[in-house]
Amino acid sequence: MPSVMLKKNAEGKLVFYVPKKDLEEVAESIEFDNHDKWGGEVLLSDGSKYYFEPLDEQPDFPVTLRAKRLD
Amino acid sequence: MAALTKEETEALIQEVLEIYPEQARKDRAKHLAVNDQSLEKSNKCITSNRKSQPGVMTIRGCAYAGSKGVVWGPIKDMIHISHGPVGCGQYSRAGRRNYYVGTTGVNTFGTMNFTSDFQEKDIVFGGDKKLAKIMHEIEELFPLNKGISIQSECPIGLIGDDIEAVAKKANKEINKPVVPVRCEGFRGVSQSLGHHIANDAIRDWVLENRDGDETFATTPYDVAVIGDYNIGGDAWASRTLLEEMGLRVVAQWSGDGTIAEMEKTPKVKLNLIHCYRSMNYIARHMEEKYKIPWIEYNFFGPTKIAESLRKIAALFDETIQAGAERVIAKYQAEYDAVIAKYKPRLQGKRVMLYVGGLRPRHVIGAYEDLGMEVVGTGYEFGHNDDYDRTIKEMGNATLIYDDVTGYEFEEFVKRIKPDLIGSGIKEKYIFQKMGIPFRQMHSWDYSGPYHGYDGFAIFARDMDMTLNNPCWKQVKVPWKTAESSNVAVAANA
Repeated sequence: MPSVMLKKNAEGKLVFYVPKKDLEEVAESIEFDNHDKWGGEVLLSDGSKYYFEPLDEQPDFPVTLRAKRLD
Repeated sequence: MAALTKEETEALIQEVLEIYPEQARKDRAKHLAVNDQSLEKSNKCITSNRKSQPGVMTIRGCAYAGSKGVVWGPIKDMIHISHGPVGCGQYSRAGRRNYYVGTTGVNTFGTMNFTSDFQEKDIVFGGDKKLAKIMHEIEELFPLNKGISIQSECPIGLIGDDIEAVAKKANKEINKPVVPVRCEGFRGVSQSLGHHIANDAIRDWVLENRDGDETFATTPYDVAVIGDYNIGGDAWASRTLLEEMGLRVVAQWSGDGTIAEMEKTPKVKLNLIHCYRSMNYIARHMEEKYKIPWIEYNFFGPTKIAESLRKIAALFDETIQAGAERVIAKYQAEYDAVIAKYKPRLQGKRVMLYVGGLRPRHVIGAYEDLGMEVVGTGYEFGHNDDYDRTIKEMGNATLIYDDVTGYEFEEFVKRIKPDLIGSGIKEKYIFQKMGIPFRQMHSWDYSGPYHGYDGFAIFARDMDMTLNNPCWKQVKVPWKTAESSNVAVAANA
């Protein structure tokens, strides 16, 4: 359950940062990315997958959230 | 000597690794790589930020060095207590040349050493009482101090002293910030964790001090310079450029910086990060909490300076963008003259670097401006994100080494035969005795500044002064002169 810092980059894509692992990756896809629902499975450009508990609204980026590693 | 091909460099690495026992060889192999610009991510080719192997010569520092020496130490109007035995503070005192303005011992304390000087009884009975007493002594002797930080040395963590409680109590009594920093030297694998701990201490004990206080008048052009330690005056040379283009530099972290500047930093519009490795943590925190964006910049060499000034200006309005162009144009004659003077003397020379923080990648541009080529680089305590940023800066088939050992570095140098090496004091005399020109690139070999346009002129002069110094022709061991070899032949006959 790493803490993940999420922010939007200049192109509006989601950037995924895990401080302890020096992992800085762009998110390729997010399962739910709507105004009223956000989260689910996130696929990173290096192929790894993480899971966020879906939220009822889009968080205000940058933000730190807990994620679960899937693989 | 012609540049090595990719295969030759790989063979060189294998050759150097051969001497190690199997286990160590396997581990060290992960830290040495041949650069390949086509890679997007460094973790495909290099491992970093791992514990050094026992028995090899590493030049890494400790967490205390990262916190007291790098992040906290340069804050000039605070008193930084080296809490523990006297040596850690005394042997690192004033070595980093973080210049500052002020009267030392009266209102600034940068080059002084304050320590709780632990004795046996403090280890046995705990040092909290002594620490509390020190706070009051400091208040009496140095009333103009603006705060105190407690930099823990190893024994503090080992005996379990509660420095946080002492700090909270002292903070109420003397009514100034008192910051406990848990930077015991045994934490982590290098000074890098010390930077992180120091950043976290700033986050927890300093940044919030002026939350909700709107008395500080802001402008739309407020910026903070973060991760510039003013070595030899670097931050001043950078600051003038930013101010000339119309920005207002509210805070300098932490070279020539003050605690008041740090407390005001959450009010700025943009954080400018020079040393990414040591200060990115706090920049990310401010981005999340105060929504202050941050960007990395590079003030080594005119090409990178112009690039950085334009990148910074792009985040502001047209007056700043025009300002950036004005600054670049203003200094153009100056840096063109520097290049015209030194490039012919330095053209084609090859450099190997091994330093820490931001320099293994940041200074590459400055060398390239002088027509030189960096053929090997490496970080003492870099992480993967540093190597990600390095791959694109370095040429293909050049060497990259992480936490290189004394033996490996010497062997690489013997084979690659660079014209100049830039590394630290521990390497300096070895390579000078090998007859290779050397610059100590941690504190600019007692020179500087190297940042900004003013710094570039000094950088170019220093490199020329070192490389083209006639003394290198004189470096010859006595038994290798023509005369003595004749004598040896005669003796053998």
